[in-house]
Amino acid sequence: MPTKIEKDSLTGTDTTGHEWDGLKELNTPLPKWWLYVMYATIAFAAVWVVLYPAFPFQGATGVTGWIAREAVVGDVRAAQSRMEPMLARIRASDPKTIAADPELRAFAVAGGRTAFANNCAGCHGAGGQGAQGGFPSLADDDWIWGGTHDAIRHTIANGVRAGESDEERTSQMPRFLADGVLTLPQVNDTAEYVLSLSRRSTDAAAAGRGEALYAENCAACHGERGEGNRDVGAPRLSDQIWLYGGDKASIARSIAYARAGVMPAWGQRLDPAIVNMLAVYVHALGGGEN
Amino acid sequence: MAVAGYAANQAGTATVARHEPYVEAPIRAFAIATVFWGVVGFLVGVVIASQLAWPLLNLDLEWTTFGRFRPVHTSAVIFAFGGNALFCTSLYVVQRTCRARLFGGENMGWFLFWGYQFVIVTAALGYVLGVTQGKEYAEPEWYVDLWLTVVWVHYLIAFGGTILRREEPHIYVANWFYLAFIVTVAMLHIGNNLALPITLGHAKSYGAASGVQDAMIQWWYGHNAVGFFLTAGFLGMMYYFIPKQAERPVYSYRLSIVHFWSLIFLYIWAGPHHLHYTALPDWAQTLGMVFSVMLWMPSWGGMINGIMTLSGAWDKLRTNPGLRFSVTAVGFYGMSTFEGPVMSIKAVNALSHYTDWTIGHVHSGAMGWVGFVTFGALYWLFPRLWAKKGLYSEKLVSWHFWIATLGIVLYITAMWVSGILQGLMWRAYDELGFLQYSFIETVAAMHPYYVIRVLGGVLYLSGALIMVYNLWMTVTRGESEEAAALPVASAMPVPAPAE
Repeated sequence: MPTKIEKDSLTGTDTTGHEWDGLKELNTPLPKWWLYVMYATIAFAAVWVVLYPAFPFQGATGVTGWIAREAVVGDVRAAQSRMEPMLARIRASDPKTIAADPELRAFAVAGGRTAFANNCAGCHGAGGQGAQGGFPSLADDDWIWGGTHDAIRHTIANGVRAGESDEERTSQMPRFLADGVLTLPQVNDTAEYVLSLSRRSTDAAAAGRGEALYAENCAACHGERGEGNRDVGAPRLSDQIWLYGGDKASIARSIAYARAGVMPAWGQRLDPAIVNMLAVYVHALGGGEN
Repeated sequence: MAVAGYAANQAGTATVARHEPYVEAPIRAFAIATVFWGVVGFLVGVVIASQLAWPLLNLDLEWTTFGRFRPVHTSAVIFAFGGNALFCTSLYVVQRTCRARLFGGENMGWFLFWGYQFVIVTAALGYVLGVTQGKEYAEPEWYVDLWLTVVWVHYLIAFGGTILRREEPHIYVANWFYLAFIVTVAMLHIGNNLALPITLGHAKSYGAASGVQDAMIQWWYGHNAVGFFLTAGFLGMMYYFIPKQAERPVYSYRLSIVHFWSLIFLYIWAGPHHLHYTALPDWAQTLGMVFSVMLWMPSWGGMINGIMTLSGAWDKLRTNPGLRFSVTAVGFYGMSTFEGPVMSIKAVNALSHYTDWTIGHVHSGAMGWVGFVTFGALYWLFPRLWAKKGLYSEKLVSWHFWIATLGIVLYITAMWVSGILQGLMWRAYDELGFLQYSFIETVAAMHPYYVIRVLGGVLYLSGALIMVYNLWMTVTRGESEEAAALPVASAMPVPAPAE
C-alpha cells in the first residue's frame, strides 16, 4: 500500500502515511517533558554509578567508598557497643541480683522479652502461656524443674533431655506398658486413680484397684498424693494442668508409653547475658518464686 | 462464510487483497482458554489468600498447602491466563496487520494451542504433587521446560513467518512488541532452565548454575518475565485494541519507536533489584537499581501512547465499557511502572523488600494492567471471533468493570498498608536498642489486611464470572452478523448502549 500522509482533522497532526487493518499513526513529536525526565533519570544513573560501586573489579567502590557489607558490620557494631556496658554488667551478675536492681531489671526484662519472642515463643507461646503437647506454661507457678531465678536460669542454660549439656535437666519415666511392667487393664486402673487425684474419677472400683499400682510404680517420683517432685522433674498430678492432656486416654497413653519432652541448651547458643535476661523475664511472667 | 464476511467487515476503509481466510478457529480456542484459565487463576488466588488469613484452610494435606497452591496461582495467572491471551491476540493481530494468513496455517494454530495447554496442565500437576525446581515463576521441571521450548520455537516460527509473508510494507508497532516478547522469553526460558535431570526417568534435575550466580540468573529471568511476558507482550495487545476501540490513530509513532527500543534495552538489566542487600556483589546491585530508575520514562511512553490515543475520543469511554477496561489498564500500568523504579531504589527497597508491598505492587500490575487490558481485548474479540453483532450485555461489562476495580483497590491498598506496616515493625527498635517486635507479632498485625485482600480477590473473581456469563451468552445467544444484515433485522430497533 502506498504511503499516504494525511492531516488528522482533530489534532491537525500529520499521520505517518502507513495503515494496517485500518489503524494509522500520528507523527506527533516526543513530548518534551517526557524526554527531559528521561534525560534526568539517565543523568541520575550516571552520577550514581560514580558515587557507588558499579564496576566488576576488586576494590572498585565508587567515590563514596561505600560497601554494603562494611556498612552492615558497622551498624551492628555500633548497636552492640551502645548496649555493651549494660550487657557486661548483666553478664557478670546473676538473675536474682539483676532483678533486685531497678536499672538492670528494666533492661533485662526488655531484652528478655525480645530474646523470648525470637527463641522461645515458638514452643512456649508469645506470652509464655505454653501449648498442649509438652510445652509447659511459663506464666504460672506450676514449675516442673523449679521457679526460682537460679532454677529457671539453669533450665534455660542447660536444656532438658537434649544431650547437649552435662548439667541438663533429665529424668526418664518408664514406658509401663511397652516395657511390660503393667498390663493394659492395669494401665487403665492406674489412669483412673490418677484422675481421682484431681477428683475427676468416675469409676471408683477401677480407681481403687489403681491405688496400689500407683503407690508401687508412680508415688516414688510423683508423690503419694500426686504432688510432684521438682528434683526429678516429675510433674504434679493433683492439679488441672496437663502437659499432654488430662483426659483418661491421654493419661493412660502417658503411663503406657511415657513422654520425654526436650528443650535445647540455650547456654550454648546465646550470650550468657541473654540467658540471664531470659531468666529474669520468665521469672517475671507471673509465677516466679523466691 | 461467517469468518470471511466478518473479516471483510473488519477491514473497514482498507481494501483487502486476500487470497485465503485468516486462521481463526485456534484463536477462538485460545480466547476460550484465556477466560477459563483466568477464572482458575483468580479462584486459586482467592484460595491462597484465604489460607494466609485462615491457615486452617491448608487442610493439613500436602497437596493443598499454600506452598503448592501458590505456584499454581502464579502460573495460572501469568502463563495460563496471560499466555493464552498473548497467543490469542498476537495471532489475531499479526494476520490482520500483515494482511497474511498465519504461517503454518490452521494446523500450526492447533499445535500451538494443544501444545501450550499441555504445558500448563503438566506444570500444574507437578506443583500439586511437589515436583518443582524451586525457582519462582520457573517452577516446572526439565521435562515441561523441554516441551515448552518446542512449543515456543513453533510460536516464533509461526509469528515470524507471518511477518515475513506480510503484504504491508511496514511492520505495525504491536508486532514489534509481540516479537520482542516471543524472542526474549525464549532466551530467558532457556537461560534460566539449563539443568541436568538425575536420570531421564526422574522428574528431579539440578541447575547448571549455583549460589549467587544462580540467584542472579533466576532474577534476570524473573524480572524479565515481568518485562517481556507481562509488559512487552501486553503492550502489543494495547497497541492494537486501544486504537481499534477508540477508532483513532496511535498518538505518536516517534514515541512508539523511542519507548520500544529504550524499554527493551533497559529492562534486561534491571533484574538485580530483586537481590538488593544480598550476597550479590554491590556493583550488580547498583546497576540493577540505576537501570530500573531509567526504565521509568520508557515505560510511561507506552502509557502516554495508550491514553493520548483517546484524545478526541474520550466520549467513547461513556459508551464503550470495553474501552474503559483498556484505558484503566494503561492507568494501572503507569502507576505500577512508577512504583517499580521507586521500589528499586535501595533505601526504599530496604523497607519494602520481603514485605507485602511487593505483593501489592505485582498485583496492581497483574490485576490492573494485564487483567484489564486482556478483558478489554476479550470484550472486543468475542463478538468478532464468533461473528456476532455485539456483546450480549454492555451493562454487564460495566458491572464487571466497577466490581473488579473495587477489588483491585481493596487489594492493593490492603497490601500497601500491610507491607509498610510489616517493614516498619521489622526494623523497629525500642529505646534500649532491642527489637521492638517479634516476627509472629508482625504476622498477627497483618491479619486484618489479609482479610481485606481476600475480599478484594473475591470481588475481582466475581467480576470475571460476570464476564464469563456475558461472553457465554454472546456466543450462544448473540445476534449474528448475517442476521443483522437482513432487511428485516436491520429494521429492528438497535439496542440502546449501556448507561
